[in-house]
Parts: sequence; C-alpha cells; structure tokens
Amino acid sequence: MTTIDKTAEVPAPRAGDGKGTPLLEVRDLHVEFHTRDGVAKAVNGVNYSVDAGETLAVLGESGSGKSVTAQAIMGILDMPPGKIPQGEILFRGQDMLKMSAEERRKIRGSKIAMIFQDALSSLNPVLSVGYQLGEMFRVHQGLSKKDAKVKAIELMDRVRIPAAKERVGDYPHQFSGGMRQRIMIAMALALEPDLIIADEPTTALDVTVQAQVMDLLAELQREFNMGLILITHDLGVVADVADKIAVMYAGRIVETAPVGELYKRPAHPYTRGLLDSIPRLDQKGQELYAIKGLPPNLLSIPSGCAFNPRCPKAQDVCRTETPALLDVTERDGAALPGRRSACHFWKETIHG
Amino acid sequence: MGRFVARRLLQMIPVFIGTTLLIFLMVYSLPGDPIKALFGSKAADPATVARLRHQYGLDKPLLTQYWDYLTGLFKGDFGQSFTGRPVADLMSDAFPVTIRLALLSFAIEVVLGVSLGMLTGLKRGKLVDQLVLILTLVVVSIPVFVIGFLTQFTLGMKWKLITPTVQDSMNVGQLFVPAMVLAALSLAYVTRLTRTTVVENLRADFMRTAVAKGLPRRRVLGVHLMRNSLIPVVTFLGTDLGMLMGGAIVTEGIFNVQGVGNTLFKSIQTSEGPTVVGIVTVLVLVYLVSSLVVDLLYAVLDPRIRYA
Repeated sequence: MTTIDKTAEVPAPRAGDGKGTPLLEVRDLHVEFHTRDGVAKAVNGVNYSVDAGETLAVLGESGSGKSVTAQAIMGILDMPPGKIPQGEILFRGQDMLKMSAEERRKIRGSKIAMIFQDALSSLNPVLSVGYQLGEMFRVHQGLSKKDAKVKAIELMDRVRIPAAKERVGDYPHQFSGGMRQRIMIAMALALEPDLIIADEPTTALDVTVQAQVMDLLAELQREFNMGLILITHDLGVVADVADKIAVMYAGRIVETAPVGELYKRPAHPYTRGLLDSIPRLDQKGQELYAIKGLPPNLLSIPSGCAFNPRCPKAQDVCRTETPALLDVTERDGAALPGRRSACHFWKETIHG
Repeated sequence: MGRFVARRLLQMIPVFIGTTLLIFLMVYSLPGDPIKALFGSKAADPATVARLRHQYGLDKPLLTQYWDYLTGLFKGDFGQSFTGRPVADLMSDAFPVTIRLALLSFAIEVVLGVSLGMLTGLKRGKLVDQLVLILTLVVVSIPVFVIGFLTQFTLGMKWKLITPTVQDSMNVGQLFVPAMVLAALSLAYVTRLTRTTVVENLRADFMRTAVAKGLPRRRVLGVHLMRNSLIPVVTFLGTDLGMLMGGAIVTEGIFNVQGVGNTLFKSIQTSEGPTVVGIVTVLVLVYLVSSLVVDLLYAVLDPRIRYA
C-alpha cells in the first residue's frame, strides 16, 4: 500500500560501472626495495579487491607492507629504490602498471585519492589550505583561481570546518589536528574520486576526534558511493566502518574475512594474537597479551610461514612450507564466503 | 607587523650612533696628521695648518667634533673631504658604480646559484652533482684575490677577451667580469644552500601529497618544492646584497672599478676622516635596512613566522 520512493537514498550508479569487474583489483603484487644491505621484500604477492561503495580494511603491524601496497596503487613509490617486479593493479579492469606516467597522473587525485596519516607534515606549510584545495580544480579541471577558491570553500563546508569562508586563506599550522585531517579528507574528496585510500587517517589524532573523523569519512563514502581502502593498525576503528578485512604480515595477506567474522572467529594465529592484545575492561588486572618477538626483517624473511618464529602453534611444516591463502570452511565443509587463511592449521585455529 | 617594524627601526638608532661613533674614533686616532699630509714633502706653514685645522674643526675635542658631525648629518651634510670636495659629491660618484656592480653580481648569484642548486638537488649523487660539488668547493677554498688576478691574467692579458682593468666604471658590459669574480664565492654558497634545502624538501611528506594529488611534475617542483626550498636561500641572499653594496675593496681594486670599495680604500690610506666616516655611515644604514627587509621577507615567505 505505502509506496515509498527510495530512489533518492540510493546512490546513483557511476558511469562505466561494469558489473563483475571490481573497482580496484590487486593481483599478485610484489614490491621490493633495493638497498645497500640487500633486497627488502616489502610486498610478496598481495591480492585484494574493492568494489564501489565497499570498505576494505588492511590491517597489520608497521612494516607489514600495507602502506607500500597503497603507495604502489597510487603510483607514488620512490622508484628507485622501489621496484615492482611482478603483479598487476587493475583499476576498472585496466592495469595501471602498464599505463604511461601521464595517464597515471591524471588518475591520481581525480579517480583515486589518498589521505595521509600526519596532516601537518602532509600539507604544504607555506601554502594556504584554500590554495592547496583549489589546486585540485585548477590542475584537473582547469578552473580559474577565483572559481577554485569558491570550490575550496564549498569543500571545507562539506567536511564541516567552521567559518570556512574566513579560514580559506589560513595555513595548515593554524588549524587543530582534527581540522587539518578534515582538510586532507576534503582534498581527497575534491574531485569525487571512485576510490579513496586512507593510510592510517586517525593515528595522529586523539580518540574523540578519531571518531568524528572516521564518521565523516564513512558518511562521505556512502554519499559518493566510493570504494575505500582503510589502512590501519587500530582494530577498534576497523570494526566500525569496514566491510571486509585483510590482515597483512611480512608483505603477505594472511587472512581475509568479512568484518564481523574476523572478530568472532579468527582463522590465523596472528589475527588471534592481534585480537588478544586489545585491552579489555572485563580482564582488568590481568596481564595484557602480547605477540612474542618482533616483526621479521624484510631483508631475510623466515622460510616457510613468515610468522612461524612468533607463532605459538608452529610445527615443523610451518618452517619449511609457505602456506597458501586458502578458503576457510565450516566444520561440516559449508563455504564461508570471503574467508581465507594462510595457515597450515586454520582448521584448528578457527574451530578448536 | 607594524609594531615589529617600529621596534626594529627604533633599534636602529643606537646601532647607528654606536657604529658611527666607533668609526669616528678609530679614524681620528689613526697615526699621521692628514693636514700635514696635504702639504706633501713641502714644509708646512704653521699658520696655514692652524687655519685648516680650524676650518675642519680638528682643533675641537673629539666628542665635540663627533657631535658636530652628527648634527650635520641630520641636516644632510656629510662634511667636506680634506681636498675640499663635499663628501656627498664623492659618494654620488662612487655609489652608482657599486650599485651596478652589486646588482650585476647579485643577479648572477641568484640566477646561476639557484638553478645550479635546483639541478644538483634533483640529480643528487649523479655526475652533475659531483662536478658542481667539487667546483663549489674549489671556489670556496680559493681567496677572492687569487680568483680575481687569475681571471684578469687569463681573460685580460693572455686571451685579451677583456681589457685587464675597467676603463669606464659605469659601463655594465665592462663590469661583467668583475661582477662574476665578486659573485663567485656567494654563488658557491647559494648553490650549496639551495641543493641542501631541495634535497631535504624532496623527502618531505607534502611533496608526496603533491604527487598524490596528480599535479604535473612541473608544478610539484616549481610550486611545492621551490616555495619551501627558497626560504633559507632568500635569507642568505638578502644579507648578501647588503654585503655586496658595501663594495668589494679587493675586486674593485684589482679591476680598477671606481666604486665605494676603491674610494673607501683610498680614503683610509690618506686618512680622509670625513670621507671614511661618511661612506661607512651609509653602508651601516644599507646593511641595517637590508637585514630588516630580509626579516620581513622571511615572514612573507614562511607563514609560520609571525612578528608581533
């Protein structure tokens, strides 16, 4: 009886949104850095994909290769010393690694944008925020200085910076940390890109501001139906906004899962360790769990499973054979969509 | 900002009085009697000497002389040299020459120094970088008079590309080689300084952001890198312009440029008190003003610096 017109709430489908091909797909990506001490293998065969409107959280310690993967997608790796010996990065089905530098530049900022961790150092200290925001329109859309400024003010309003009109001429150091991160977000959003990569967007902020910034990001993502790759080591942030999670260790993805599943039943000992090391109120007074040891040296990654020296469940096979990222199933063999684990003993980890 | 400028201008007063007093005392305590020197080898007539002494006020106590000089200055009177010419006259001959020379070598320094610095900074570790590094080290370690005489000898006497000395000090074309010699040292410094800040800023996070924004390389380097890298360079250039305006006694001497440095040198030799004090006074002012301008420019270039 009641016909509610819901079309207004559904984001308009984007032009060229081919069914079947994901917005971004990373296939068997390898990145290495040639240093004086040897070859550091930062990324060793990463696969993941993001669809429009979807949020992928990439989780991992420092040095796990999560940021390097993102930089490879953006095309902002320093090459040399960085090198991509193998792999594909497909954006709307096209391999960006095969594109010319100019083609890639045009994608950067307008189709794929990035939000960096430390907004203070990531914004140019001697240019006004209005100029830095307006630059996006001037370069990519050829707008005049004046029109670009109007657009910059609109953007600042959009990310809810109070008194945008008065503050458009201010410099980054004149803003608070949360406001600066909003400017970074505004800059990434300027041209309404299809995909945003947020590299630890809230790490430099205090907790209350973190929540505001994440909410804003999630809201804008919904509004524009963008794909979002959220790189973080904060499990709390992930739980709120992500659709699916990829856990990285030593340049490999060790587990992927839809967000709720991962927290309930991790299928990799490393993920389990990460979850156990979150401080919890109901375990007040007990000693906090910590994963023993240190992340591996990327110049000499342990043979077999890279996690084996730190793993409480490591067996002989873990030291010799590198586990593949395989589908995880229920005890009775029923498929668990989206769940994969790179552990020889995933069955024991998830079920027992 | 206004208060800052006012404070700086007020600070100039004691500096100005202090330096002029110091110069005044030093010049007049030099050995030798300038009045007697006017007579050369002839015997001085005591009556004439006394008359001249009185005319130049040399018979009064030193501090009174200084006071007379200061009050004269505020009326725009720089006094008279012992040869009878007004000091202001002498300076209006010398300063236009020095200004030309200074601006010319300043231009060389800026254009060549900044571009070489940018080039070597961007090509860090490459052959160009190594070559320029060696070259700048050579220039820095050789005294300016050696460079001056070498240039004069090779270009002027051996290859006869230029006249060994400058014939017409107002001719910019003839001033070019002296300006090169004068600029050499600062040129090396500007190159090194620019290179260092370029290398430093290339690694900065905001450069990565600029690339991630999809800006063309020209814009990334020309706007984002340059704007940050030039801040320390401009500071150096500002003080250097003040130094260049002070005239280059050695360079002007070698190439016989009739500028401030040369005039000053001659005046010191002949104990020309009023001329020396007059020129130095102007130089002090130039230096004070140029350092104020540098400070203000610094605030313009770097918004993080605000003067209250």
